[in-house]
Amino acid sequence: MVHAWTAHKACCLGVGYAKNVWEVDLRVEGNVVLKMRNIHKIFPGVHALQGVDFTLRKGEIHALMGENGAGKSTLIKVLTGVYGKEDGDIFLDGTEGPVAIHSPQDAQNMGISTVYQEITLCPNLTVAENMFIGRTAGAVQNWKKMNADTDRILQSLDIPAKAAQQLGTCSLAVQQMIAIARAVDMECKVLILDEPTSSLDEQEVEKLFKLMRDLQSKGVGIIFVTHFLEQVYEVCNRITVMRDGKLVGEYEIEKLPRVQLVSKMLGKEVDDLSDIKSETKAYDAGKDAIPVLEAEGLVSNAGIKPFNFHINKGEVNGFTGLLGSGRSECVRAIFGADRVTGGKVKMKGKDVKIAKPLDAMKNGIAYLPEDRKVDGIVGDLSVRDNIILAQQVLKGFFKPFSKAEANKVADEYIKLLNIKTASKETPIKSLSGGNQQKVILARWLFTHPEYLILDEPTRGIDVGTKVDIQKLVLKLASEGMSVTFISSELDEMLRTCSRLIVMRDRKAVGELSGEDLNQSTVMSTIAGGDK
Amino acid sequence: MANNETAKTNSLMKLVRNQCFIPVAALLLLAVFNLIADPSFFKITLGYNSAGNPVLSGFIIDILNNGSELAILAIGMTLVTAASGGQDISVGAAIAIAGSVVLRVLCGRNARPETLQAPIIVAFLVACVVAMLFGAFNGVLVAYFKIQPMIATLILYTAGRSIAAWINNNELPVISDPSFAYFGNFIPGIPVPTPVFIAIICMVIIGIVLKVTNLRLYTQAVGINQSSSRLNGLNPEMIKVMAFVILGLCVAVVGLIKVSRISSINYSVIAKDIEMDAILAVALGGNALSGGKFNMAASIIGAYVIQCLTTTLYKFGVSSTALPAYKAVVVILLVIVSAPTVREWFSTFTKKMKLSKEVA
Repeated sequence: MVHAWTAHKACCLGVGYAKNVWEVDLRVEGNVVLKMRNIHKIFPGVHALQGVDFTLRKGEIHALMGENGAGKSTLIKVLTGVYGKEDGDIFLDGTEGPVAIHSPQDAQNMGISTVYQEITLCPNLTVAENMFIGRTAGAVQNWKKMNADTDRILQSLDIPAKAAQQLGTCSLAVQQMIAIARAVDMECKVLILDEPTSSLDEQEVEKLFKLMRDLQSKGVGIIFVTHFLEQVYEVCNRITVMRDGKLVGEYEIEKLPRVQLVSKMLGKEVDDLSDIKSETKAYDAGKDAIPVLEAEGLVSNAGIKPFNFHINKGEVNGFTGLLGSGRSECVRAIFGADRVTGGKVKMKGKDVKIAKPLDAMKNGIAYLPEDRKVDGIVGDLSVRDNIILAQQVLKGFFKPFSKAEANKVADEYIKLLNIKTASKETPIKSLSGGNQQKVILARWLFTHPEYLILDEPTRGIDVGTKVDIQKLVLKLASEGMSVTFISSELDEMLRTCSRLIVMRDRKAVGELSGEDLNQSTVMSTIAGGDK
Repeated sequence: MANNETAKTNSLMKLVRNQCFIPVAALLLLAVFNLIADPSFFKITLGYNSAGNPVLSGFIIDILNNGSELAILAIGMTLVTAASGGQDISVGAAIAIAGSVVLRVLCGRNARPETLQAPIIVAFLVACVVAMLFGAFNGVLVAYFKIQPMIATLILYTAGRSIAAWINNNELPVISDPSFAYFGNFIPGIPVPTPVFIAIICMVIIGIVLKVTNLRLYTQAVGINQSSSRLNGLNPEMIKVMAFVILGLCVAVVGLIKVSRISSINYSVIAKDIEMDAILAVALGGNALSGGKFNMAASIIGAYVIQCLTTTLYKFGVSSTALPAYKAVVVILLVIVSAPTVREWFSTFTKKMKLSKEVA
C-alpha cells in the first residue's frame, strides 16, 4: 500500500521536488521538531492530501502557503488531530517512532498548539482566567497564584495586558497574543498560527511579529498560515507550498523570489513558452468616451486601501490577485455591499451616491456575489421567485409582478440560460451549483443592468457551465454592457478581460492591458516585481 | 387504468403535501370525534338575549366567536415568525396595554363615566398607534440591536401589564354605554357575534395586502437569507420592524375586542397566555418557527384548531385547571405530525412505497 502511494507521489511531483525535500531533511536532522511524511487524507470523492511531506525545525517560522483548496487547513487539521489520516507518519522531537494523534487534546499534550483565525477565548472572562481555563487540577483554584503566574508570563512575552483585566477590553491584537501566550504556556514545541493577522492593522501585526520572533528565539517552531505575501517575506525563514492537495516543495526564503512563489501557488510557470497571447482584443473606448462608472479613492470598512477605478461601455475588465488580496472587497464597495467610508463615484460623468445595494441597482449596477450560498440564493424560494427578486425590489413594494408575468419571465430565462431544473416552482436549493449560479445570473440580467459585476461566477461549477458563462460575458459586452469579471483562474481572466487591475495585500498595485496581458506579467505584478 | 390510478395517487399526494392539510385534517378529526361522541355539538339555536335581540348560540358559534382573537393574532405572528425567525411573546401584555388605552380614551378623567368621553373610533385609533409603537420598539430591538426576538419581547412581556394598569391609574374603568359592547358581543339585530366579522375583515385585508403588495416575497426572502436579501436591494431591518408593527396592529384590534367583551378590563387576566396559543397556531399551520416560507391560511386554520380543541375539552367537562394538560397531549401529537422533518420522512417513505410497488 505504502509503496503504491509513494509511486503515486513520485509521479505527481516529479522526482526533482522529492529529492530536494530529502536533501534538506538530511542536512538539519538534529534540529527537527516535527516531521510529517507521506500524509494521505481522503474525503468522500476528494483526495484532499496526496502524500504530503512537511518538516518543521526548532526556532524557525515556517510559512505554509497555497490557494483555496490546496490542502493547508486539511494538513493542519490532521496534525492537530481534528481529522484522522489514511496513510503516512508523524514524527515528533523527543519521541521514538511515529506518534498517533487522535484528538486535539492529544496534540496539545504532545506540545502542538494552535491559534485560530477567530479568537476562541472568552471575552467576558479575565485574562488570567482565559490563560488557565480548562487546565486547573481539581475544583479549588488559587486565584492569587493564577494572577501572579499570568502577569509573569505576560511580562516575559512583553504583552501589554494585566492578568485581572477583562479579555474583551483588550485590542484584537492583544487578544491574539494572549491566545498565543496561552498556547505557548502549555509547553508547546510546535505553534500553529492560522491566519492570525487577517483582522489586525499594521501596527498590531508588527507587535505580533515581535512576539513571534521572541518565541522563535526561545526555540519554538512556528507554522504560519497566511495569504499576505509581504508578511511571509518579513518574518519567515522557510516556505512550504501546496497546491491541489499535493506538496509543491519546501524552499528557503532567500532562494525563492516572490514571483516564483506566486507561480508555484498558482501552478503556472513564469516563463512558460506555451503562454500564448490570449485572443482578447484590446478594448478601445476612444479618447472622449465617458466611463460608465468611475470611482476615485473609493474605500470601504472591509479593510481595503482607497482605489481608483473606471469602466467604459462594452468593456470587460477584472480584478486579479491572490485570495484575500481585496478583489472582492473592491467590487463590494462599488456596489455598496460593504459600508463605503470615502471616495467619489461617477456614473456617465454624473456624481452618484451609492450607500446601499439598492442605490447601485437603481443606477443600473448588478452584482453577482462571490459566495453563492450565503449572499446569492434565497434557498427555500422557487427558481421563479429567485429570478424575479431583484427586479421586483426595483419595481417597488406595491407593484408585484402578476403570477403570469413572473412565470413568463422565469420560462424565458430558464430557456435562455439553459437552466436545468425540474420546474420553475422547484426551490433553488435543490439545484446543482452551476444551475443555481445561472439562476442568480438570470436574476441580474432581468434587471437589464448597464454594468454587471461578476465575482467568481465560475467557482465550484462544472466545466461546461464555466464556458457558457465566459461566452455569455463576451456576448453581453459586445451588446454594450460593461462587465467586471473576477476569477481565481487566471486563464479565464485573460480570456475574457481586456484590462486587469492587480491587487496585492488589499491594495490596487497595478493595471495591465494590451501587451501586458499575459501570465508572466500578471504574476510578477501580483508578486510585486522581482524583489 | 393504471395511469388513472397513478394520477389519483398523485393528486392525493399533492393534497397531503399541502401545508393546510394537517390543520384541516385536525379540524375534521375533532369534528368527527364530536359527531360520534355527541352530535349536539353541531346544534345551533336561535334565541334572544336579555336585551331582546336575536342571537345564535351553540358550540360552533362559540368556537368561531372565541377563536377570533387568536385568528387575528396568528396573522401578525406568522409575519413576525417568517421575517425574524423568532416569536413575539409580549402580545398578551400588549393587548392589555391596547385595551387599557381604549378604555382610558373613552373614560377621560372619570373611571366610571355616564357617557363616552370620545368617539370609539378615536379610542381605537389611539390604541392602534400605541400598539404599533410598542411593536416598533420590539422590532427595533430585534432588527437593529440583533437581540433574539424572545428576549427582546420579554421586556414588554414583563412590563406590559403594569404599564396597562398605570395608563388607567390602577383603576378599573367600566363603560356603561351599550354601543361599546357591540364589538365584543352582538350588534342589535345581527345574530352572529361581531368578533367573527372583525376576524373575517382582518383576513380579507391581509389577503388583499398579500395580493397587491410584495409583503410575502420580501418577508420570506429576509427570513430565508438576510444577507442575500440585502444584496438584492431589500432593507432586512425595515422589513422585520414592519412585521412587528403589523403584529402591533393586530394586537390593537384584539385589545378592542377583549375590553369590549366585558366593557372593562382585568389587567392580570386579559389575554393571558394568548401569545403561546398564537405561536402554537403558527406551528400547527406547519410553518417553520425558524422563519422563511409561510402559509397564512394554514396559521389561521391552526388558530381555530386550538379553539376547537379548547371548546371540545370544556364540553366534555374537563375543568379549567386540568385543561392545559389535556391540550398539551393533543398539541404534542399535532406539532410532531406537522413538523417539517416528519413531513420529509413521510414523503421519502411514500416515495419508497411507490418504488417498491413499481418494482412489484
